[in-house]
Amino acid sequence: MTQRIDQTFADRKAKGQAAFVAYIMGGDPDRASSQAVLNALPENGVDIIELGMPFTDPAADGPTIEEAGLRSLAAGTTLTTILEMAAEFRKTNDTTPIIIMGYCNPVHHMGYANFADKAKAAGIDGAIIVDLPPEEDSELREAFAVHDLALIRLATPTTNEARLPLVVAGTKGFVYYVSMTGITGAAFSQAGSVTEQVAKVRKASGLPVVVGFGVKTPKRAAEVAKDADGVVVGSAIVKELHENGPDAALALVKLLADATHGA
Amino acid sequence: MGKPENITTPDENGRFGDFGGRYVAETLMPPILELEAAYEDAKADPKFLSELDEFFAHYVGRPSPLYFAERLTEFADGAKIYFKRDELNHTGAHKINNCMGQILLAKRMGKTRIIAETGAGQHGVATATVAARFGLKCIVYMGATDIVRQKPNVFRMRLLGAEVRAVHSGTATLKDAMNEALRDWVTNVGDTFYCIGTVAGPHPYPAMVRDFQAIIGREAKTQILEREGRLPDAVVACIGGGSNAMGLFHEFVPEKSVRLIGVEAAGRGVESGLHAASLTGGTPGVLHGNRTYLLQDEHGQIKDAHSISAGLDYPGIGPEHAHLHDIGRAEYVSATDDEALHWFQECARLEGILPALEPSHAIPRTVDLAKELGKDGLIIMNMCGRGDKDVFTIADALGEHISEGTEG
Repeated sequence: MTQRIDQTFADRKAKGQAAFVAYIMGGDPDRASSQAVLNALPENGVDIIELGMPFTDPAADGPTIEEAGLRSLAAGTTLTTILEMAAEFRKTNDTTPIIIMGYCNPVHHMGYANFADKAKAAGIDGAIIVDLPPEEDSELREAFAVHDLALIRLATPTTNEARLPLVVAGTKGFVYYVSMTGITGAAFSQAGSVTEQVAKVRKASGLPVVVGFGVKTPKRAAEVAKDADGVVVGSAIVKELHENGPDAALALVKLLADATHGA
Repeated sequence: MGKPENITTPDENGRFGDFGGRYVAETLMPPILELEAAYEDAKADPKFLSELDEFFAHYVGRPSPLYFAERLTEFADGAKIYFKRDELNHTGAHKINNCMGQILLAKRMGKTRIIAETGAGQHGVATATVAARFGLKCIVYMGATDIVRQKPNVFRMRLLGAEVRAVHSGTATLKDAMNEALRDWVTNVGDTFYCIGTVAGPHPYPAMVRDFQAIIGREAKTQILEREGRLPDAVVACIGGGSNAMGLFHEFVPEKSVRLIGVEAAGRGVESGLHAASLTGGTPGVLHGNRTYLLQDEHGQIKDAHSISAGLDYPGIGPEHAHLHDIGRAEYVSATDDEALHWFQECARLEGILPALEPSHAIPRTVDLAKELGKDGLIIMNMCGRGDKDVFTIADALGEHISEGTEG
């Protein structure tokens, strides 16, 4: 529901804070432990959850998320598993938005309308489909509109002014600004300000703008939070979970959330 | 460029019927639109086309001969079989036709860094060759598995000044090399030109690569009319992504009397599940920027392709083939690893030609068709690559031990 997303941003804005968005790969390394981490995200300061759907060929992701996806697939995760995890989360939490994030093919295979029905039933609020640009997403967009689900679009440094109106047209919830050209988990190339770009996207869309890609540390999260309506961290959390386990990952989440909110 | 007919021209969204499109991350949309505009401009520029023709004639060595395979014809005891000899091109395969076109385009666009993916290494070698000719930096992504089975081509690329980057992710074959090339492109969009080796990927690649390869069919049509005074009954080519087949087919698509036959790699047999036959054994899906037939499981995860031929070992197929398949204009059949190995040897003995493992798949179906058509029939098969690169793989498959120099 778009309303959960809107409410979340409104609440943070009222406190003069940016929202903290955390990404985890659903089913990594297995369903039970991933479910436990998912359920614990809100109590560690996460405002919006991006729940990754694994895919065999994640061409926009770096090795951290690719390997997490392959671990999840090896444990038997399917798109249905991801939807079930969201439904399980909703049994105890009716306020934190869940955006599912991944690639087109598993969704295409399930069928766009069928996917939208199931996502709604599972209590999901929206989706980011990385390889479904505005030129290709009309079918999913229409299916989502039926259920008031948000199809979140990505704006990037290569999205020029002529193209930006197309990218933000028909979006709901928020716009995700990819702060660098590159794959997830890469080093932040220009650790400079994103003020100008975020302002442009916000003006064009009339929606909150979250910034992701290359944000790994509480320090950087705090910097980005000064400009953006939300800060996304993915690879750093996925890596911590893989290398040091759930407690360490949730501790990192808490630090990142506090840094984002404290800005 | 040939005059495109209706069904061969993608729509404004880059679709051939229900297939194709531009399924890429937003970061790549602007460069893809830029490429499309640059290509549209170049293909209407006589200067660009004449420069391409010059290089085709004096660097690639075109036109390639159309050769009457007399002893194979006698052996098959049916229709006359001609080989379109694209294995005689510079670098030993049809791949250079496309690389010539794309790299001239890259130069025109002011790009200084060329990246490519490669499976068998033929596209990598062709890209490295043309990049060297124009003094451009070249990086080739290649699956670690393919690096092992195509060592001679890896060495050739390095001799040509290219950097070969091994890809260890996934199955470490062509699809993973393509993922890695896409990751490079999304990171280095400013100065980098991605030279895709087949008629797949986001629009405009399928149509553009097809156009650069269409020289094969244009020459073949002129040559067969000179030699036989009529069009062939069928044209046959092997298919991985499908660039040599599309190159041969394109000129003949409007000629309704000519059967278009693509031969996919059946690996150990389509029923075994260990194959690379996307049309014969796949379903529609989205991968690497286009909607097409894919090998995938019931959850939409991509399945591994299997073929003795690294150049055919890909779980997808170009979207125009998917369209020609669905509308029934082209026929798609398959040949197994064992058949390819068998006919590689027959071709060597009968014609004195070592075919690459890729076109070795087309030979058994060509022979079947020759029998079916009978003595009055006329077939052109695309001999799209030469087999020198495959001798170690073939020796291994035949249980022979020949020295590779670096490993015992």
